[in-house]
Amino acid sequence: MGAYIVKRLISAIPVLFGITVIVFLIMAMIPGDPATAILGSYATPENVEKLNRDLGLDKPMVQRYFIWLGNMLTGDFGRSFSLNRPVLDEILERFSATLILAGVSFVLCSLLGILAGVVSAARQYGFADKAITFTVLIGISVPSFFLGMMMILLFAVKLRWLPVSGMYAIYGGGDLPDLIYHLIMPALALAAVATGVVARLSRSAMLEVLRQDYIRTARAKGVPEGRVIYGHALRAAMVSIIPVLGIQAGFVLSGAVYIEMVFQWPGIGRMLVDAILKRDILLVQGGVVFVAGCYVLFNIAVDVAQGLLDPRIKT
Amino acid sequence: MTAFLKLLFRNRLAAMGAVVIASILVLAILTPLLPLPEPNVTNTADRFQRPFTEGHLLGTDHLGRDLLSRLLWGTRLSLAVGIAAAFVAATIGSAIGIIAGYYGGRTDNLIMRGVDMLMAFPYILLALAIVAALGPGLLNALIAVAAVNIPFFARNIRGITVSLAGREFVDAARLAGKGHASIILTEVLPNVLPVIVIAMSTTVGWMILETAGLSFLGLGSQPPQADLGSMLGEARAALITAPHTSVVPGIMIFLIVMSVNLLGDGVRDALDPRLKSGALSRPRAITQVDRTSPAPATPQKGVLDLQELETQFHVGPRVYRAVGGVSLHVEPGECLGVIGESGSGKSVTALSVMGLVASPPGVITGGAVKFGGEDLLGASYESLRRKRGDKVAYIFQDPLATLHPLYKVGDQMIEAIQSHHKVSKSKARARALELFEAVRIPNPTSRLDNYPHEMSGGMRQRVGIAMAMVNDPEVIIADEPTTALDVTVQAQILALLDDLRRERGLAIVFITHDFGVVAQLCDRIAVMYAGRIVEEGPTAAVLDAPAHPYTARLIACVPELGGGRRRLEAIPGLPPVVDNLPEGCAFAPRCAKATPDCQRGEIALEGAGARAVRCIHPEEAVA
Amino acid sequence: MSDLALKVTDLSKTFPLAKPLFRAAPPGVRAVRPMSFDVPKGETLGIVGESGCGKSTLARMLVGLLTPTTGHIQIAGAKPDLGDPAAFGKLIQYVFQDPISSLNPRKTIRQIMEAPLRQLYGMARAERDTRIAQIFDSVNLREEFLDRYPHEFSGGQAQRIGIARALAAAPEIIVLDEPVSALDVSVQAQVLNLLADLRREFGLTYLFISHDLAVVEAVSDRVVVLYFGAVVEIGRAETIFNAPKHPYTKLLADSAPVVGRPLTAPEQKGTELPDPLNPPPGCAFAGRCPRATDICRRDDPALTLMGDDQFAACHHPIED
Repeated sequence: MGAYIVKRLISAIPVLFGITVIVFLIMAMIPGDPATAILGSYATPENVEKLNRDLGLDKPMVQRYFIWLGNMLTGDFGRSFSLNRPVLDEILERFSATLILAGVSFVLCSLLGILAGVVSAARQYGFADKAITFTVLIGISVPSFFLGMMMILLFAVKLRWLPVSGMYAIYGGGDLPDLIYHLIMPALALAAVATGVVARLSRSAMLEVLRQDYIRTARAKGVPEGRVIYGHALRAAMVSIIPVLGIQAGFVLSGAVYIEMVFQWPGIGRMLVDAILKRDILLVQGGVVFVAGCYVLFNIAVDVAQGLLDPRIKT
Repeated sequence: MTAFLKLLFRNRLAAMGAVVIASILVLAILTPLLPLPEPNVTNTADRFQRPFTEGHLLGTDHLGRDLLSRLLWGTRLSLAVGIAAAFVAATIGSAIGIIAGYYGGRTDNLIMRGVDMLMAFPYILLALAIVAALGPGLLNALIAVAAVNIPFFARNIRGITVSLAGREFVDAARLAGKGHASIILTEVLPNVLPVIVIAMSTTVGWMILETAGLSFLGLGSQPPQADLGSMLGEARAALITAPHTSVVPGIMIFLIVMSVNLLGDGVRDALDPRLKSGALSRPRAITQVDRTSPAPATPQKGVLDLQELETQFHVGPRVYRAVGGVSLHVEPGECLGVIGESGSGKSVTALSVMGLVASPPGVITGGAVKFGGEDLLGASYESLRRKRGDKVAYIFQDPLATLHPLYKVGDQMIEAIQSHHKVSKSKARARALELFEAVRIPNPTSRLDNYPHEMSGGMRQRVGIAMAMVNDPEVIIADEPTTALDVTVQAQILALLDDLRRERGLAIVFITHDFGVVAQLCDRIAVMYAGRIVEEGPTAAVLDAPAHPYTARLIACVPELGGGRRRLEAIPGLPPVVDNLPEGCAFAPRCAKATPDCQRGEIALEGAGARAVRCIHPEEAVA
Repeated sequence: MSDLALKVTDLSKTFPLAKPLFRAAPPGVRAVRPMSFDVPKGETLGIVGESGCGKSTLARMLVGLLTPTTGHIQIAGAKPDLGDPAAFGKLIQYVFQDPISSLNPRKTIRQIMEAPLRQLYGMARAERDTRIAQIFDSVNLREEFLDRYPHEFSGGQAQRIGIARALAAAPEIIVLDEPVSALDVSVQAQVLNLLADLRREFGLTYLFISHDLAVVEAVSDRVVVLYFGAVVEIGRAETIFNAPKHPYTKLLADSAPVVGRPLTAPEQKGTELPDPLNPPPGCAFAGRCPRATDICRRDDPALTLMGDDQFAACHHPIED
């Protein structure tokens, strides 16, 4: 197993490398004089010159790439001109907020989704199945940002149960209960779509597994039906559910961008959108590379989990 | 095509989705012709009018623009952009996927590495990066959404293409002289197309949502032009004071996406052949029993007695009479062979005994299965479960598919014991080890900790036999246990089964299509054709002097080793499909001795002593 | 030479394995070891062996679907371009094991039948129709089937269509890869008899691959027995199973269930094939062989003539 983890980690190196290349190439698509394009027409000549130096734009592209990569490897992501602070500091601060939101949502969508899918499959065509299928259908069709806004209207404005937005109360907040209090709505709104997707997939994975020959074997040897479904079938279904959880983690991270906008959550998604609108390219570059890198590492963890579950994968 | 539409609209939700999305599409197309106020004309005096005010059916927004007009124009824009993105992504992605999947090897490797790189991004990061580079704008948002969806299509379509490229008809096309381009376009593409349509129909809603999302963030359509997303984005500031400006575009997005999803699911179900046959129905824990007549009251013969068993498959309006009144019994220590061709109902008969026929679509519609004086067909689930594997155990055909791939074989053995007996895990393991030795598995202790995929086919079947024997059952039902094995391995497995039965006094019901196998192993055989027994009797008697013309001709068809080169006997025609059986003898249309009365009325299984035949012109008199 | 339909010289196939990151590439799996044999015109050569013996790999090389690692193939005096199935198409055709899977589910039978006529012979429409009608007549299929789709046919009918397609290319040789193992016995005999008739009618040469000894014996003139990628014995169909020289051939013959022969397991131990990733030295069968001695575990025996026309690769062949 250890060897497998090491192998997967090594195989991540070219992927991480590729990510930086892709981001670099996309940023190289910026038309015209990049510094002016980035800073806009209000830029002072000093700013333009400074940016040119920061980006190393006077050098050839390949060289520029390696300088940028080398700097990043030493932890130097450059300096954000719009915030006037190091990019990495800003990213770390914002990413921790996103991680709390997305992490909680991910756990929610995995647990609820699998549970709903399994129950739905076990009671195929029954009332629970129909109710779950219908709820899931609504869940995956409603835009998360719209869902968030409607939740604000209902729970914050009308019922006054939960705060409208933010991560902590402005006065006297900052402890864990305060965080949870602020987290409930955004986390649920973010988890809704992913829960639906996981539930649908878990249902069809379970149905697929339940008609396999080894399920018939389990029944033929007298294994109680509960164990057949929640033991044999669920375990086999997890083999196809787990990779989807990995993909869903990406969707949750993506959805976080909208939710952070709606709930004024101080996460990295909002930072990126602001940075794009302000054309703060270094901040965008750094943020994208950082988050994508974390996602790659997360997916290795998913692969390892898959390897633990399925003995056929290792080697 | 009409069949497809019929299938599609039989699904009521899909039909509903189709109606909703069609009306929205019609509205969007007609928008320029409708008598609406200009969508972008501001009138700040009229701002935030509530819905249903004079002249503004849905009210106005923060600049006093008519919401209905903006909604329809926005819908038009959102639909156009979303659908365009879906087409672009599907075309480019599928082309990449087909090329990678068809050529394989290095091309595949290179392309898929690139796709993996793109998929290593949470998709919105890539979209944001593209928009950051190209600048905000609706066209750029379209490009971004299409670009991030290309990898999904590429990977999906590649998977399908790889399996198609390995199919034999592609090899056949190459041997017919077709080039690669021609094969891709005329052989592969027509088979991939439904998958592309499915992938598109299930993702187009998603892409509409995504472009709306980018506009919502202010990165898509730029003011004053508005799609649904940017309407929602602009309305957010006034969410609390004028919620209707948010609700109106939000509900429209929801309606569009929901109806597209419903329609997309319908399209998928209608195009996916696996779903057509109802194969994705979950088989119940026990076959449905729905007897139209009372169970026969005949006393039980032998240790297991099937009496007039009838099992049918109900698929849509069709009824397949897979087993049409089969009576069989087996004595302790006896091996009964049930022989027949595919579709003769032999396996369904075997699975009906313990309620293991997949249901739906299987239904047991008549007869009785008597064991220990009890009718198993009337038994409760729990009472049947207690007997499964404990009193009556099964051995199945393909041991790789029938063992759970994720559990060690030892654990699967232990589970079989612990499902029936309260014994400690270590005791159960000792028992499992004992059985592994009994079925002559080399290095049994270390083999207990193997997974099924780590064993050869012959070893796996030994595990299957050990698992069937582990609770000392009274009857073993072996359903083609050696069909998937090589001859040398088959010989060993058969010898093993024979030894075990003699040592332990087991009753075996042995299902097979192979006369050589029954001749060597079985004491008595029953020959099945089209769901019924046509002949039964002691093995040697039946094989030496078959009474039913079908048995006689079937035996003649089997080439025997040692006969040298020769012309083989054949039976003309095909076995009947059991959803529309002719009256009388089902074999009559293929039988040389058939007369008109063969196809009239019921022909009984009659005989004397152990032999019986269902024929009015038997080859041998058995009575 | 002109009476030889097929001449195979030193043909072998090694599948390379993925190279591990930090080590040298492993030697690869030798699916077919170098083998040579001739097939005279009009003969049916049976090829038998159990799973993993390399029979399908051999077949795919013979029709050009796989490029051999070493060796030549000569068909009716011509040397087709290895690895280009179109070059092989007019010379040799293939009938697949799974009749349904070998027909494209989205094409009509007519489209399937037309492909070889158009691609290999460039025939015009009218000419194609006549030719298809002739072929369908000879395989006893009705012409009304031409406008149907593959899923409408039973296995036996689909296999006739597969045979008809192979005939359409008018090849010298047809490779039949387990052509009846997916069929029921009553239908199997129909197809085998049809094949025999066609061979006589068109002067065809067959390579008949199967795992079923009785079927192979019934249709073949000569039989090749494969084990672990190598030829262990070649001989006349009438004699090879009755008087085998190689212990593996004898084991196969003894294992086949035969009506009237009591059940005995011909061997009890060592049923597994050698590990293809790490093949033992010497004879591959030595581990299962009751006659094996030291020399068997050291030297790989060569195929040598034993008796009049029987060849076996064994250090201790079975004497009569």
